[in-house]
Amino acid sequence: MTGEKRQARKGPPRWDEASARVTESGLPIKEVYNPGDFPVEREEGIGLPGAYPFTRGVYRTMYRGRLWTMRQYAGFGTAAESNKRYQFLLSQGQTGLSVAFDLPTQLGYDSDDPSVEDEVGRVGVAIDTLADMEVLFEGIPLEKVSTNFTINSTAAIVLAMYYALAEKRGLDPRQLRGTVQNDMIKEFLARKSYIFPVDPSLKIVTDIIEFCSRRLPSFNPISVSGYHIREAGADVVQELALTLKAGITYVEGALSRGMTVDEFASQLSFHFTSGQEFFEEIAKYRAARKMWAEIVKTRFHSSKPESQLLRVFAGGNGVTLTAQEPLNNIIRGTLQCLVGVLGGAQAIHVPAYDEAFAIPTEESARIGLRTQQIVAYESGIPRTADPLGGSYYVESLTEELEKRAWDLMEEIDRKGGLVPCIKTGYIQGLIQDRAFERERQIQSGQKPVVGVNCFSSQKTESIHLSEMDPGILERQKRGLEEIKARRDQAAVGKALESLKRAAAQGKNLMPYIIEAVKGYVTVGEITYQLREVFGEYRETERA
Amino acid sequence: MASRIRVLLAKPGLDGHDKGVKLVARALMEAGMEVIYLGMRQSPDAIVQAAIQEDPHVVGLSILSGAHVSLTRKVVSRLKEAGCTEIPVIVGGTIPPGDLETLKKEGAAAIFPMGTDFEDIISWIGNYASLNPSRPNSGGGAR
Repeated sequence: MTGEKRQARKGPPRWDEASARVTESGLPIKEVYNPGDFPVEREEGIGLPGAYPFTRGVYRTMYRGRLWTMRQYAGFGTAAESNKRYQFLLSQGQTGLSVAFDLPTQLGYDSDDPSVEDEVGRVGVAIDTLADMEVLFEGIPLEKVSTNFTINSTAAIVLAMYYALAEKRGLDPRQLRGTVQNDMIKEFLARKSYIFPVDPSLKIVTDIIEFCSRRLPSFNPISVSGYHIREAGADVVQELALTLKAGITYVEGALSRGMTVDEFASQLSFHFTSGQEFFEEIAKYRAARKMWAEIVKTRFHSSKPESQLLRVFAGGNGVTLTAQEPLNNIIRGTLQCLVGVLGGAQAIHVPAYDEAFAIPTEESARIGLRTQQIVAYESGIPRTADPLGGSYYVESLTEELEKRAWDLMEEIDRKGGLVPCIKTGYIQGLIQDRAFERERQIQSGQKPVVGVNCFSSQKTESIHLSEMDPGILERQKRGLEEIKARRDQAAVGKALESLKRAAAQGKNLMPYIIEAVKGYVTVGEITYQLREVFGEYRETERA
Repeated sequence: MASRIRVLLAKPGLDGHDKGVKLVARALMEAGMEVIYLGMRQSPDAIVQAAIQEDPHVVGLSILSGAHVSLTRKVVSRLKEAGCTEIPVIVGGTIPPGDLETLKKEGAAAIFPMGTDFEDIISWIGNYASLNPSRPNSGGGAR
């Protein structure tokens, strides 16, 4: 039976009138688009690049003025190994950094905690104290290179370390450019690296937004991420609606602290996925910009155009990468890079072709970067802003996505709002249903995946994969032991005590965490104190 | 009526990628099996404890964090220590081809890497259960 099925899969997938008629998220597609689909009177509504509502891009000259930032996600092992990879990527022409942390760092455990020994340095770099951060950025000018930190539950600690590192180097922290992901809503929804319950988690997000608006004017305190919601199975409409709802929730949180929208909104940034349904994905970036500009201007009464810009980091859709015939992923990455560029992203990550197996090798990371460089410097695509603007098809897709996303946002409001819907698990259920449906479509062959459910060679390509150096855990533990022996223990105790008090009193935690990390207090020690005060989130598991 | 096949699923370690395990859980349930999903961030000891209590036909681990070899080793060896040698451990997730043999050596009864069809998992479990039919405490209430 299985043999028969496999045989059938060598052939071409279904491609006919009916299968061609809808996009991946179910938008109906016409045979051809013409002026009737995007009449002249609606053309005015989209404006020009750099002008409200920014459908066509957040800057007037777009890539003609400055290319997007090429930012390959990287990090593994100890800080020394990761620093070497960053130096390599920068030497190859990468223009920004994107730091991946290991799971213990993301969840607030130190590398010497026996319960996490299997995970130290595995999916990212292990950071226990400021000393690791010093090594991570050795030889990298913080005032010149912008860095994106994929860190959420422990974002305040990593940001505090980066701030302390700048001070230690004698830099004015106001020069720091970069982003902490710091988007807890999508952690509860999709990425699942939460620690504290929903309310204190969102409170810390606001602490970071407030801190950056006062002290780090060129730093993005958050990257509101649809990316992971999509990776968890959501479709484009859900990604769009949920991300913008999350953005609204964060703005409301900051406003409730007494800030005005134009004090912080220009520092908010976004992160979307670039999936395989080419034009629908491009339209998503355009719709997102328009919707966010409207939200910030009309709902929150912003008067500063910079506050209304949806600046976005476009990541390649990791779940589309296949373990079968892995070199095909290079082509998928190229298409995803084009989506980001034609969608007008400010920074782009192209996934490495071996990501369905392991973290990237130096070679696969380099190919991801080269993909971006070829698109940037050889294709000519970035010569003009929003080359697809005015396309009957793309503009009508943009309008349709916008309409459907507003509808879903209203539906969530009717059901009590985003945060209550997360607490009840309603939204997680929606995403899971969609994920199951899509998986069924792939397994039944209804949704073609080349090399997997159609045109499959059935051959195992052998590719070189990165392997974890078994000495990492011991090296990291030894380093931590040395720091612990060297630091001023009395100061550590004092810093932790005042942090705990501040947490209990509901104060902004940033100054207290900065004080602590300067004294080489560990990620685990800080998180332990906060766990004591805030408790831990427990998901109601539903299969 | 034959008692239903019971499967215990869990995510050991800190990995939060739970889409796959939830999809598999759903597919197994649709195939008529009883699924006990423990959730993520489970320690090997907690999984073994649950296996002793629930007495499933099969224990399934889902790991996408790269820590599959050591985590599988821990679960298998602690199951053995607890005397549950008859419950096979199957593993799914991001598993590089080079680790398939290693995982087998560590005691994984079957491995279903990324991209495996539900059908393959369902039929493996079904075959195993038909060859090892009587589980003393099986057929407990749905959960």
